[in-house]
Amino acid sequence: MNAASKLLEVQDLTLEVARTGLVIVNKASLSVAPGEIVAIVGESGSGKTQLARAVMALTHKAIRRRDGACRFRGRDIYSLSERERRRLRGSEIGMVFQEPMTSLNPSLTIGQQLEEGLKLHRTFSPEERRHRIERMLKRVGIDDVGHAMRSYPHEFSGGMRQRIMLASVMLLEPALLIADEPTTALDAVVQRDVMELMVELTSSFGTAVLLISHDLPMVARYADQIVVMRSGEVVERGRTEEVLARPEHEYTKKLLLALPSRGPVRPVDRTAPPVISVEGLVVDYGGQQRLFRRSVAKRALKGIDIAVQPNEVVAVVGGSGSGKTTLGNVLAGLVPATDGIVRYENRPIARSQDRDWRLNCQMVFQDPYSSLNPRMRVGDLVGEPLRLERGLTSHERRSRVRKILEEVGLGEAFLERFPHELSGGQRQRVAIARAIIRNPRFLIADEPVSALDVTVRAQVLELFAELQRRHVFSSLFISHDLGVVEQVADCAIVMRHGEIVEQGSRDDIFDRPQHEYTRKLLSAIPALVPTASGGIEMHWRDASDLVDEPAT
Amino acid sequence: MRRLAPNAIIGGLLIGILLLVALIQQFWTPHDPMKLNFMARLVAPSADFLLGTDEFGRDVLSRLMMGASASVSIALMTVALAVFLGTTIGLLSGYSRGLVDRVIMMFNDALLAFPGMLLALGLLSVFGANKYGIIVALGVAYTPSVARVVRGAVLSLREREFVRASRTMGFSEGYTMLRHVLPNSLAPLIVLATSMFGWTLLSESALSFLGLGVPPPAPTWGNMLAAGRPYIEQAPWLAIFPGLCISLTLLGINLLGDALRDRLDPQMRGTA
Repeated sequence: MNAASKLLEVQDLTLEVARTGLVIVNKASLSVAPGEIVAIVGESGSGKTQLARAVMALTHKAIRRRDGACRFRGRDIYSLSERERRRLRGSEIGMVFQEPMTSLNPSLTIGQQLEEGLKLHRTFSPEERRHRIERMLKRVGIDDVGHAMRSYPHEFSGGMRQRIMLASVMLLEPALLIADEPTTALDAVVQRDVMELMVELTSSFGTAVLLISHDLPMVARYADQIVVMRSGEVVERGRTEEVLARPEHEYTKKLLLALPSRGPVRPVDRTAPPVISVEGLVVDYGGQQRLFRRSVAKRALKGIDIAVQPNEVVAVVGGSGSGKTTLGNVLAGLVPATDGIVRYENRPIARSQDRDWRLNCQMVFQDPYSSLNPRMRVGDLVGEPLRLERGLTSHERRSRVRKILEEVGLGEAFLERFPHELSGGQRQRVAIARAIIRNPRFLIADEPVSALDVTVRAQVLELFAELQRRHVFSSLFISHDLGVVEQVADCAIVMRHGEIVEQGSRDDIFDRPQHEYTRKLLSAIPALVPTASGGIEMHWRDASDLVDEPAT
Repeated sequence: MRRLAPNAIIGGLLIGILLLVALIQQFWTPHDPMKLNFMARLVAPSADFLLGTDEFGRDVLSRLMMGASASVSIALMTVALAVFLGTTIGLLSGYSRGLVDRVIMMFNDALLAFPGMLLALGLLSVFGANKYGIIVALGVAYTPSVARVVRGAVLSLREREFVRASRTMGFSEGYTMLRHVLPNSLAPLIVLATSMFGWTLLSESALSFLGLGVPPPAPTWGNMLAAGRPYIEQAPWLAIFPGLCISLTLLGINLLGDALRDRLDPQMRGTA
């Protein structure tokens, strides 16, 4: 294919930090043909976002192009004047950002925001503009268009906002859409709907898409071409099926290997008394007596029964608002139960400060950046729980801290470091070490790997499984990511709107899902089949296929 | 040891000189700061009187030296009192939330609604116009804003995961508050405390101006500044030098406060 037929052609583009000369994108090349979907895949720090911004010449002031060209319709963006570039942006090249909560202006109505671009780049009459906006909003799935146009962004959910964002970009029918992690901030199910909408919309307008993502399976489903980046370099690019089936670069292989795969079936003693169980658990939020009025309660959990056996990992799966985090918080004693019984070792827990339960029930939080006190050193952080153990000499304490740090793969060198000096994966290791240093019987892990990169996630999951085997604790593993659940869980609970819609062994849930919602969740993740050449094939579970499968 | 930041050096130098002067004046001043000399009224700065004399012929330099110890000790003690009271109230209120918080904050906001000056005036009439009266009056008057700032920091911190983590580990609320919440709310507190130091120096001068400050003839920078005002055209040095002292002290305190804040924050420390 010759260069002229390419819509976008990036050639040996090198970007550097202006002040230090640090190279952040090194000789990157890629091309996008009209109507094609090209995905840039990479972990954080791979330079994928900078590369995408460079395409619009919108990189941060501190970053400058050292070398290379970036041609849009055969013209180098960097040779254009700022005025000409502005004419391209929005009109010819649209952009959708990651965070739907902040990419819309909260003080303008949806109608006003959608109109802005049309006013700037097109010469339509006000009626024509209105007509086009209404038509586009309908297309992205907004029912009451008149009302939506008068509404403000905060009145919509994240998924809806991303649809509106998409509508505002596609109104101008650009030739190229740059989507930077467009669905990362959304729930798994919503994620899929938004992606489908984006693909449908762009293909009907013949718009090419440059999709930036860390989520390889999601990208593989929709993209024609894949560009794999690592630390500023393009390590591999090619047609999606080929890259997946026959990866050539070591890093691509590593990425594919890091995708979660089903763990082995482990025996769990179902006859033993459960470590922790709840019966008819109800939690209301915001119902407390105020000074002058009683605020209206919101029911987060509507009567939940679960039991966790010794040595069992129970996964709780669901979208945001499903109550899965609330459940974890109740078991950790952070949120009081409005109604229902929580039992620890078959003994009802009367008060939240029940010592035995409190000390044996530990928690790992989602965000390793905020779960560690930034003013404490790793050694103090990990050793802190030991303060609750009487009669330990400081020598014993230190040796236990060293031992547990060793176990989570951090050496003695980390003792004196502060959290901000660690990577995300290392911080989560510290958080895990702190949670298990006193050998608790039960560990609540609230989305422990959601904030981590793919390869780091794989390592932390492996560590989790290994520690679980060695220390034999039970765990409630809360996650929205079914792939992760498939890898670590013995048993899974699917929640929605504060209720359990389905629960069963992992294999039952993944192979023979009964509830429609479970099927919908499952249709968002692929089943991976390894190929002989070190790659994988992805099989997407179709929600309708699963309906026909006989339940056994 | 890491090299000191430039703001720590300059700030430290300014405050060091100030403390040194406050110490020296106990034993020696160029002239007797209290002695009236009607032969030498409103003398411009000269070799004899380095910074001139005031309307009663007292040496300005000597009075500034003597005032340094009064002004600075008032300001320091006022700030210390306000920070202590405010932090206690703010921590209590932010951490307990609920009814306790509402009641405390209602009183707090009511106090905050009074101009600080008015409140101090009221309190001074109770405690009497002397050095300790001023400290208590201004200290109490500034407490509400400290309580507000600390409460705000605590409210945002208490939902942070490391605070919740401390509770899931089984630590008591008191331990969590002192170990995890307080150290992380220091940054806004230090900024507030340094600017409060400045307010105190100025408020003390305003109170002196109203005749409720440290009673004359004892000099403070504030009452010297106030006394110099009528002579600003004939003898500008009477207002300029006390003003300069206040400004330089504020500068020093602010620089030192910034340095301290950065020093206490591990994220601002260079990675070894």
